Amino acid sequence: MSQLAGKPVHRNATDAIWASQSKAPAADKALGSEFAGARPLLLLLLMTLLGALLLLSLALGSASIPVDQVVGVLLYGEADQQAWTNIILKFRLPKTLTAMFAGMALGVSGLLMQTYFRNPLAEPFVLGVSSGASLGVALVVLTTGATGGALLAGLGLAGDLLLIIAAGLGAALTMSLVLFVAVRIQSSATLLLLGLMFGYLVAAMVSLLLYFALPERIQAYINWTFGSFSGVTIAQLPVLALIVLAGLLLSAALSKPLNALLLGEDYARSLGANLDRIRIGIVLATALLASAVTAFCGPIAFIGIAVPHLCRALLASADHRLLMPGSCLAGACAALCASLIAELPGNNLVLPLNVVTALMGAPVVMLVILRQAQGKL
Amino acid sequence: MTKKALETQDLAIGYRRRSTSDIVLARDLELELHRGKLVGLLGPNGVGKSTLLRTLAGMRKTLAGRVLLAGQDLAKLTPLAQARRLSIVLTQAPQPNLMNGYSLVALGRHPHSDWLGRLTAADHQAVAMALKAVGAEELADKPLAQLSDGQRQKLMIARALAQEAHVMLLDEPTAYLDLPRRVETMKLLKALARSAERAILVSTHDLDLALRSCDQLWLMSEDGIVTGAPEDLVLDGKLGKTFEAPGITFDTRFGTFISHRPRGPQVRVIGGGDQVRWMRRALERAGYRSSEEATLIEVGHHPNDGAGRWRLRMNSASSRHKTIQAVLEALESERP
Repeated sequence: MSQLAGKPVHRNATDAIWASQSKAPAADKALGSEFAGARPLLLLLLMTLLGALLLLSLALGSASIPVDQVVGVLLYGEADQQAWTNIILKFRLPKTLTAMFAGMALGVSGLLMQTYFRNPLAEPFVLGVSSGASLGVALVVLTTGATGGALLAGLGLAGDLLLIIAAGLGAALTMSLVLFVAVRIQSSATLLLLGLMFGYLVAAMVSLLLYFALPERIQAYINWTFGSFSGVTIAQLPVLALIVLAGLLLSAALSKPLNALLLGEDYARSLGANLDRIRIGIVLATALLASAVTAFCGPIAFIGIAVPHLCRALLASADHRLLMPGSCLAGACAALCASLIAELPGNNLVLPLNVVTALMGAPVVMLVILRQAQGKL
Repeated sequence: MTKKALETQDLAIGYRRRSTSDIVLARDLELELHRGKLVGLLGPNGVGKSTLLRTLAGMRKTLAGRVLLAGQDLAKLTPLAQARRLSIVLTQAPQPNLMNGYSLVALGRHPHSDWLGRLTAADHQAVAMALKAVGAEELADKPLAQLSDGQRQKLMIARALAQEAHVMLLDEPTAYLDLPRRVETMKLLKALARSAERAILVSTHDLDLALRSCDQLWLMSEDGIVTGAPEDLVLDGKLGKTFEAPGITFDTRFGTFISHRPRGPQVRVIGGGDQVRWMRRALERAGYRSSEEATLIEVGHHPNDGAGRWRLRMNSASSRHKTIQAVLEALESERP
């Protein structure tokens, strides 16, 4: 590596002499190991946990299916009972994969926002994605006539698709606006404030629509705000997966500059980080990840804020080369957990997803705030 | 010609204003930094030291003119190319969580490492050398949260060193440090300029330290910047002029600033050595003029007198005192 052009370690004789005074330490340190005290092996644990949760999520629900049957369906495409095959392939597999991708997206975009804004309370939606999506959904649900009638049933495939499109358009428009601003405004604090203000603005418009809407339609809108992993069909899944993967890849490429940003923007720049490019990269990655989740699953709260904190504490590291895969895995685990709990296995009752994520996530955020107040984290 | 690591041509610094005319803090600057030399940037508060440093570091746009890094226009270099030529240390050392000394210094290798920031053996070697050069090897394994301001600043300097850029700019790196740490830091910078052949520019308010350690001073005032060896600037009065303020004058004998001479009664202090020097200072502080000739008030130093080393003769009465404070109190009680 050191022979590559443009990567001089000692530029001249003086540097070399100075260098010769010191012995080289053990080389070949593993990735991220210079962030000593970190626990990179815990990533393996998270991977195992994710695997277990994926199986559980396929096995548990209103009707429990034995895990060996689940494996059978996954490997050979059929179980002992045709009903089980149907349940798994038509309902649980899309829901499980949706939860996994959504969790990954929320965990990673939360990490991006917290590091970029150097604010422990930043989350994927601080730039106004969910507000924009909610306005799109509110416009469709609260104002449409004929289609609105179909939506009220809340079950129709066309209705779901319409919601996804409305939320996606709202989120995409919002993020285009934020990107437009991000290209021109260099201060992260200004960007954060503009995002928050924009959120208030849009929330007010939604409130206005709600104020004049019919009660039944308001209920349909509120159902959307609860969030759900069950609304994505197997045909729509690749769209979600592709957008999320693109966002994740972009985020992974930002790991190094995000580490430099831990020292603040001035130092990051002095270490060679192109701040303009990084800001746009971060906003774009967050836009892709958060918009995809909001469009397909609604505004899922708390996972995005809690998962990065959990990861930092778990991996005992601030190194984004660990935190990226960590938040990705932990986000997926958290979303699958929330989804499992919301389904209340062995019961036909389904709790609103956001109720579960908040019940799970809020205590974590509280704990982190308390620990920070005591200077432990 | 020595190696010009950094130079400015017709540089003007300040703030751009959209509606009104620009606020220019200094113009027509022709400055040079050479490898192996430590340069101190001095000037009163608000004169634009930080703006100059930030402009030289490429963090702020020039109003006019150019900054050249080893002959290349700073404005035309990518951030990465800049980072390989120039490193910075700012006043306040950041305190990121969950990081230790080694990982902080290792961030200095960013301009040289791959897209994931993976460190090669050579990178690890550069980090170890930088830690050793600033004498912070024992901080490598310590979490940053447990370190003092001075220790973190030391690591930030090591990080800048590990960056292996020929130019190092430091903006009041010692402002939050205690006096021994300030002395240590300036000595370190001087040693680094020599041993690692860096061109180092450090802004500071520590006049005394700057006079002792810098090879050259840049004196910044509203009239512009004058440069020269510290001693020349002291002797031709430029240093004194830069910091002149009502009630403060520069004492060219000692290279320190003193308040204007007091106008109180004259006191003659007889004797020599540290004790007497500090007694004179105490008297000046209390508003007395120290005199070499016979006066109404005399203070004698008698180190071996058991009843008190200080003998105060005043209005032909004589008294003995053990401490400087006791002498001052005795004088005060007699003052009309």
